[in-house]
Amino acid sequence: MNILEISDLNVSYGTSQVVHDVSFSVKEGEIFALCGESGSGKSTILRAIAGLATEWTGAISVLGRARERGLSARFASECQMVFQDPYASLHPRKTIDATLSEPLRIHRVAGNHGDRIEEVLDSVGLDRRFRFRFPHQLSGGQRQRVAIARALMLQPRLLLLDEPTSALDVSVQAEVLNLLKKLRREQGLTYVMVTHSMPVISFLCDRLAVMRHGRVVETADVEQLKADRMTDPYSQELVALSRGRPDQKSEKTQ
Amino acid sequence: MKPILEVENLRVSFPAPRGRVEVVKGINFSLGAERLGIVGESGSGKSMTGRSILRLIQRPGRVTADRLQFEEVDILSASDRQMRAVRGARISMVMQDPKFSLNPVITIGDQIAEGLVAHRRLPRAQVKEKTLEMLRAVRIADPEKVVKLYPHQVSGGMGQRVMIAMMLIPEPTLLIADEPTSALDVSVQAQVLDIIDELIRRNNMGLILISHDLLLVSAYCDRILVMRNGEVVDECAARDLAASTHPYTRGLLAAMPHLNETRDELPMLDRRSQAT
Repeated sequence: MNILEISDLNVSYGTSQVVHDVSFSVKEGEIFALCGESGSGKSTILRAIAGLATEWTGAISVLGRARERGLSARFASECQMVFQDPYASLHPRKTIDATLSEPLRIHRVAGNHGDRIEEVLDSVGLDRRFRFRFPHQLSGGQRQRVAIARALMLQPRLLLLDEPTSALDVSVQAEVLNLLKKLRREQGLTYVMVTHSMPVISFLCDRLAVMRHGRVVETADVEQLKADRMTDPYSQELVALSRGRPDQKSEKTQ
Repeated sequence: MKPILEVENLRVSFPAPRGRVEVVKGINFSLGAERLGIVGESGSGKSMTGRSILRLIQRPGRVTADRLQFEEVDILSASDRQMRAVRGARISMVMQDPKFSLNPVITIGDQIAEGLVAHRRLPRAQVKEKTLEMLRAVRIADPEKVVKLYPHQVSGGMGQRVMIAMMLIPEPTLLIADEPTSALDVSVQAQVLDIIDELIRRNNMGLILISHDLLLVSAYCDRILVMRNGEVVDECAARDLAASTHPYTRGLLAAMPHLNETRDELPMLDRRSQAT
């Protein structure tokens, strides 16, 4: 079943159109990557799905229901977003407990909130002693775990990840990528992930769409990426760039 | 080769509720006209090392060293006046994000010229000519137009090239680049580093490249120091990085996903030994 279907999506901010005629669909349980350089419109697509960018035409359907513009409570319980910078996306004056219980309160979820919070903290690999701490007492990787935990509170089925690891060190990135893989395995989640890192896609994702200037230039299986069989020249260029760095640049400039 | 910079037993500390905390714990290195990479995770002290060379760490931070010598200048005992003559003119620094390090209300042309005018007296026509020449050196296609723009009117990659132009126009002997490309796209990263690389070689300068990206550092440097918790734990020639036997360096290398990834899980560094 397709959990997300997008067809002929056009998104504008004011008078400038930043996404042109984008169509793709994501199956349940799949990890789908949107990649491309800054300004290619990849984050804007996530924002349109999440309801943060409202000026769009075309069709977006999530779990078989057409998506209306803007935010809605029902949609929030099905689909959540995780942002790039964990230093900016957590409220500095709220404890982790307050941050995690807020979605439960807003959605008037019945039952013991404390139990649910501890359950989610366990599943993202954070010790329970972190529950009553503030974000500044946590490291970058721990904060990103909290941000992921917050997104999981309402048990959504689709997570939108906007560069979830690009603000993190390589070793911390490895922890977060492993966590995302584990959560999908355990909870059958579906991810749509924006990233510009081809190696991350190769590790985590099943399919990818390469974007440039607001258009999808190629949609491919990750196997095609691994075997270097991308067909569009621009995708090949992106792959070559992430492959090309280890070979000594110094020889070329000499 | 006569060293440009010599560092012996450099220590940086900050006060904390329970006494001073050392963030750089006695590191040693010397640098000639070569490209030195300093890698490490956040909090390893790599940026503090770069900043202490320019004496940019202010109280209550404290920098001590047995020796911190840049050419004939003893950095720790130099007067503020002497340091001002060194900063920008002879050692300059490219910071991480052009959005925060360019002055938003001054045109790009004036900002680049500032470095030159502050340190040398030159006729205005010559300043202008040098500014344009520098912009061409960082591969900006239409310098006459760009000098009149303000920082918000250019892209991140172009902003970083402007930063480099600004830093290199007084012809320094040492460039410290602190994560010069982490705010940029992969496609622009290579461009910016190629430009730094070319100018370093052409002017026979020293470079300290500070980054958390091992592959990037190994591609653009001659020698690499790996830092962890304020100490240098591993040192090797850049081309031998992949063959390093140090467990921490190996751990960092293994934690990176590859383009052709077959592992189901990435190995993680053991943090327990670090949490002391």
